[in-house]
Amino acid sequence: MTINTQDHGRAIAPAARALDVLGGETTEAGLRRYLEGIPGVDAVGLEQRAAALATRSIKTTSKARALDTIISLIDLTTLEGADTPGKVRSLVAKAVTPDAADPTTPRVAAVCVYGDMVPAALQALGSAHAGAAGNGIAVAAVATAFPSGRASLPVKLADTADAVAAGADEIDMVIDRGAFLAGRYGQVFDQIVAVKEACRRPDGTYAHLKVILETGELNTYDNVRRASWLAILAGGDFIKTSTGKVSPAATLPVTLSMLEVVRDWHRLTGEKIGVKPAGGIRSSKDAIRYLVTVAETVGEQWLRPELFRFGASSLLNDVLLQRQKTLTGHYSGPDYVTID
Amino acid sequence: MTHLAVPKTYKLFIGGKFPRSESGRTVEVRTASGDFIANAAKASRKDARDAVVAARAALSGWAGATAYNRGQVLYRIAELLDGRRGQFIDEIVQLEGVSARDAAAQVDEAVDRWVWYAGWTDKFAQVAGNANPVAGPYFNLSVPEPTGVVAVVVPQETSLLGFVSAVAPPLVSGNTVVAVASERFPLPAISLAEVLATSDVPGGVVNVLTGSPAELAPWLAAHADVNALDLVGAGDTDWVDLQIAAAETLKRVLPPEQGDDAAAPSLDRILAFTETKTVWHTKSLL
Repeated sequence: MTINTQDHGRAIAPAARALDVLGGETTEAGLRRYLEGIPGVDAVGLEQRAAALATRSIKTTSKARALDTIISLIDLTTLEGADTPGKVRSLVAKAVTPDAADPTTPRVAAVCVYGDMVPAALQALGSAHAGAAGNGIAVAAVATAFPSGRASLPVKLADTADAVAAGADEIDMVIDRGAFLAGRYGQVFDQIVAVKEACRRPDGTYAHLKVILETGELNTYDNVRRASWLAILAGGDFIKTSTGKVSPAATLPVTLSMLEVVRDWHRLTGEKIGVKPAGGIRSSKDAIRYLVTVAETVGEQWLRPELFRFGASSLLNDVLLQRQKTLTGHYSGPDYVTID
Repeated sequence: MTHLAVPKTYKLFIGGKFPRSESGRTVEVRTASGDFIANAAKASRKDARDAVVAARAALSGWAGATAYNRGQVLYRIAELLDGRRGQFIDEIVQLEGVSARDAAAQVDEAVDRWVWYAGWTDKFAQVAGNANPVAGPYFNLSVPEPTGVVAVVVPQETSLLGFVSAVAPPLVSGNTVVAVASERFPLPAISLAEVLATSDVPGGVVNVLTGSPAELAPWLAAHADVNALDLVGAGDTDWVDLQIAAAETLKRVLPPEQGDDAAAPSLDRILAFTETKTVWHTKSLL
């Protein structure tokens, strides 16, 4: 690996968390020393642990509870080039009333759209939007040249500020994987800090920042662990696995390793960081495995929308089918849920 | 040199694969005189669920194939079945305790019925469809289309012939099938599945469950993703309850039939699993 030594002593943005943890030395070299000093991941052990957690059997009342929990943790997502205001409206309708046949079905946590669809989502949500009370449905927008992140910093910041100004409650940003893989951790760090600042609203509050690591492009568990630390140090409120546009997207071992970072951070500072696996989670069975992994790694207190989310679209229909099966006692079919 | 007997394990046939039952259960299959022949899987409700998922996934491909192509595929089954004539005769003799002559007659009849149904694929639409006379310059055409996923409880008294007679008709129009094989005589149904797996039938078009119809049929009858229910071999179960359960999701239902000639070949059995689509088209553009 070639490292640009000219940048080595370059100062990086003095984010509060980094100042505390790196001990006042916020240079690229200090950051690199810290990240590369993190012990490597035992890949076999990690995969074995994830596989063991996936064998847990969740049945009857626990399953019913798990299904409702999953729905309340979903970021219902549409991120297609072909998105229209009408598509966003139908997505919002589904977010508000997931199962029209059963009004007791919980609502999802948020809808996740491209930045230019935020006004359409807000308008469609109306009073169901999470206001100051925070008990409604939030609007999340992807920003920073999603999904590739290949744009200059001013463009990324404008993209973010635009979505925040339009009223997005949460911003899902992508890190610059190219810079990360080239070893320019400081550049990635600075970008996250700058985007966090762009999330600031005129009244001084911040839109929630989710940092997408795109683990499918990071290649190793060691990189995932480093990127997780990096994102948290730079001020991310959530760390998110994937854009959903790259395969492999979220996997259980990757999510487990990110949860371990979050657990370590909590032990270190007492601060709670959220985790969002996204992409590739299509069945209730898979989603329940994630719930088990969260509960066993960071604790059940993480199983609420402020700290854990599923980025998914087709998952909701499968959960609804399972929910109908649990309630009626017979198998349901795709004719009994809406077509997305 | 002595030869070690290798008893065969008969598994389920779901989505073109041969899985064991999810439940791990098996039943011992015995000859008419009580000698052990083989272990067969005893399907559970989750196997039935998986079979419906596989059948649903296979539906668009099978229903979308041309009628001519479906006919070729069904005819190919008859060819392969005839090629394995000896194996089926042996199994029927062992299981049902009939003479080799009667068993051979049963296999021949089964082959004939495949051929007969294969011929109908590109002909039933001409018989059941129609160009309706209407008061205007329009074509008004009614065409039969497949119902969808059909669950079949096959006749229980004959091992091979009953299975073929009940499974072939829904396939003609492009339905996919989840078949519950004869509880007493399950082996030829699974051997037939081996024929299907090595012929040109796409995986999931025919799924075979062995086990107890009384246990499996209620789950299939109430399953919201099953479109039709053929109870031809369900005479010994609480089939009225099955009909009531099926009515909840508006399935097409065929009643049980008794006797050796249950599910005798007829055009009606093909048309029972079709829906009529009627389209209008102007004549003026011609």
